[in-house]
Amino acid sequence: MTSLVLRGVRPYGEDPVDIVIADGVIVDLAAPGTGDGEVIHAEDLVALPGFVDLHTHLREPGREDAETVLTGTRAAALGGFTCVHAMANTNPVADTAGVVEQVWRLGQVAGLVDVRPVGAVTLGLEGERLAELGAMAHSAAEVRVFSDDGKCVHDAVLMRRALEYVKAFGGVVAQHAQEPRLTEGAQMNEGELSGRLGLAGWPAVAEEAIIARDVLLAQHVGSRLHVCHVSTAGSVEVIRWAKARGVDVTAEVTPHHLILTEDLVQSYDPIYKVNPPLRSAADVEALRAALADGTIDAIATDHAPHPHEDKDCEWAAAAMGMLGLETAFAVAMSTMVEPGLLSWRDLAQRMSVQPARIGRVSTQGHDLVVGAVANLAVVDPDARVVVEPSGLASKSRNTPYRGMELPGRVVHTIHAGTPTVLDGALA
Amino acid sequence: MKHLLSAADLSRDEAVLVLDTAAELAAVTDRSVKKLPTLRGRTVVNLFFEDSTRTRISFEVAAKRLSADVINFAAKGSSVSKGESLKDTALTLEAMGADAVVIRHGSSGAPHRLATAGWIGGSVVNAGDGTHEHPTQALLDAFTLRRHLREGSGDLDGLRVAIVGDILHSRVARSNVLLMRTLGAEVTLIAPPTLMPYGVESWPCSVSYDIDTVLPDVDAVMMLRVQAERMHAAYFPSTLEYSRLYGLDVARMSRLPDHAIVMHPGPMNRGMEISADVADSPRAVMVEQVANGVSVRMAVLYLLLGGMKEDI
Repeated sequence: MTSLVLRGVRPYGEDPVDIVIADGVIVDLAAPGTGDGEVIHAEDLVALPGFVDLHTHLREPGREDAETVLTGTRAAALGGFTCVHAMANTNPVADTAGVVEQVWRLGQVAGLVDVRPVGAVTLGLEGERLAELGAMAHSAAEVRVFSDDGKCVHDAVLMRRALEYVKAFGGVVAQHAQEPRLTEGAQMNEGELSGRLGLAGWPAVAEEAIIARDVLLAQHVGSRLHVCHVSTAGSVEVIRWAKARGVDVTAEVTPHHLILTEDLVQSYDPIYKVNPPLRSAADVEALRAALADGTIDAIATDHAPHPHEDKDCEWAAAAMGMLGLETAFAVAMSTMVEPGLLSWRDLAQRMSVQPARIGRVSTQGHDLVVGAVANLAVVDPDARVVVEPSGLASKSRNTPYRGMELPGRVVHTIHAGTPTVLDGALA
Repeated sequence: MKHLLSAADLSRDEAVLVLDTAAELAAVTDRSVKKLPTLRGRTVVNLFFEDSTRTRISFEVAAKRLSADVINFAAKGSSVSKGESLKDTALTLEAMGADAVVIRHGSSGAPHRLATAGWIGGSVVNAGDGTHEHPTQALLDAFTLRRHLREGSGDLDGLRVAIVGDILHSRVARSNVLLMRTLGAEVTLIAPPTLMPYGVESWPCSVSYDIDTVLPDVDAVMMLRVQAERMHAAYFPSTLEYSRLYGLDVARMSRLPDHAIVMHPGPMNRGMEISADVADSPRAVMVEQVANGVSVRMAVLYLLLGGMKEDI
C-alpha cells in the first residue's frame, strides 16, 4: 500500500511537518518536503485529530426523508468528523442489538466515519423499563453510550439502575436533562422574552434540577454520567460543583448554544426552534467559559435534520432541532479559537480526544504522533465561508446559520488513513 | 403600515389616527344605510383557525360595511382539519387574490409568520394569536376608554387602567399593556402570581396581587376570562377561591371611583371573574365594546388597505 503525505501541514497550528500515513496509521512526522508518498497539499493548513461527535441524529431507520446514515456521514466527513455517535431516537428505536447493529453496518457500508450507535436507556424511549443494555453493549456495534435523548430519563429509580447497570461494560448514560412536567408544551427559553412573545417557557431550572439530581445519583452509586447539550449558566455551576466533589461526570455543549441566543426567536422563524432552547447571552458567555476551563468537556453537535415542511410552518407546529455537523468547526473557531478561549490543542481535546474518551472509542481521539490511527481533520484557519443551505451535504436544510459568514474551513478529512474529503469535497 | 401584527407596531400618532378614523366610521353605523363604497372590489379573508364567533363576525361586519368582498375561512370542516398546512392555506388564499388576511390562530406568532414567510403579498391583521397578542381588541378597548373618559378625542394620557385575571395566557392583556402605554395610560396588572407571565416586572406597567388596594385609584377595570380548567393545572386551588380573591362583585365594584367603568373582552364567565349583577350594571360597557369593535376594525382595514378619505 502506498503511503500518503500531508505536505507541510501544521499539527495543532505548530511548526510545519509532513505527516506520513501508511496502513491507516501515522508512520512519520518528517521535515516539510521530505515525506515520501502520494502528496496531499496542506501547506499552511492546521492538522487536528479527526473530530468525534457524541451527539448526532442520523434519522435512519425511520426518517430517511430527513437524513440517512449515508447523507449524515457525508455531512460529518465534510465537517472534519471521523466518528459520530448516532442517537437512538429512530423508528424503530435503537433499543435492541438488532437495531444498533443495523445502524452500525450502514455506517460500515458508507465507509466515511466510524458510526457508533447510541443505545436507548429504556424500551422505546418510554422511560418505563430498561432496554437490553447488555445485549447492545455486546453486539457488533459495541455500544458504550446509552441515551433516551429527546426524552429525559426522569424516573429517579430507573436512572439510578441504568447508571449502575452500565458499569458492567464500561458504559455511560448520556442524560437529556429536562424535567418533563416543568416543560410541558415548552416552546422557548423561559424569560422576559417568552412572556412577551406568548410562547410557553422552558425554564432553566428544568435542566438544572435534573443535572443536580443525576450528579448526586452518580456519586451515590459510583457511576459515570454524561450530560447532553448543557444550555444554562446554572447547569454549568452544578457540573463545576460536582466535578469539584469528584463526581465522574462529563458534559457537552452544542455549537448553537455557543453562538446563538433566544433573541432570534422574536422572528417566530422555526429555524431557531431547538431543544433545549436557545438561551440568553449570559448563558452563552457561561457556556463558553465552561468549555474553556474544562467544566464542559466536549462540543457535540446535536445535528438534528428535519425536512423542509417541518420548519416551513408556524412556530408551535415546527419540529425542534438544527443541523450542526458541517458548521460545528466554524462555530467553534468563531466562538472559542478566534477569541483566544481555546488553543488548537484545547480544541482538539474538546472536539476529538474527550468525546472519544467519553464514548470509549479506542480508535479515535489520538494525539498526532507516530503510531496513532490516522484520523485527521485538516483545516484552513484563514478561510471565511458564508453558509449556504443548498451547499450542504445533509439531506435537510435546517441550518440556523444561513447567510452567516463564519471563519475556518475543513479542507481535508482522513478517516483511518483514507481521505474522505479532499479540498472541501468528498473524495 | 402594511400589517397589524402587534399593538407595538403602532406609534402614538398612528394609534390616535386609528381611533379618530374609527370615530368617523362609527358615524356610518348610525346612518340608515350602513355601508361605504371605500373598499369596493377588495377582498378580505377571515382566516380563523380557532373558534371565535364574536371576533370573526366583528371583522366580517367591518369589512362588509366598507363594501369589501369577504371570504370566511374557518379551519373546522375545511381542508385545514384534513392536515393542510398554514403555508398551503396561505398560498391558496394568495392565488385567490386576497388583499387582506385577518387571521386568528392558536399558535403565537402565526400572523407574524404569515406576514414574513413570503407566502402571501397582502396585508395581515392579527385577530388573536395563541397567548401572544390581540391588537384590535386593545384598539377597541382604547376607543371605549377614550369615549367614556376622554370625551372621544386625543390619547389616554394619565388614565389609570387595571387589568385583572389570567394575564399569563391572555393576548388581550399583552396588547393592552403595549397600546395603553403608547397612548399614555398607566396599567396595573392584577392576578395571583401563578397567572402572571415570567418576567412581567420588566413590562411597562405595574403589577399587583391585591385587587382591593388598586381599585380605588383606577379609571377603568378590565376583567379577563379565567378558564375553570386552569384550576386543574394548579394555577389556583378552586374557582371559589379565585372568585373570592380576584372576582369583581358588587361590593368590590363599590371601591371604584364613581366615574370608573367596567370592561370585559368577552366571553364572560358570570360568577367566576365577574358577578352577574356587575355584568349587567350601568357601569359595565361590554355591549358598547362589541359595537366599538366593528368601528375600530373598519378603521384598521380602511387604513391598511388605503381606502379613500373622501368616501367616508
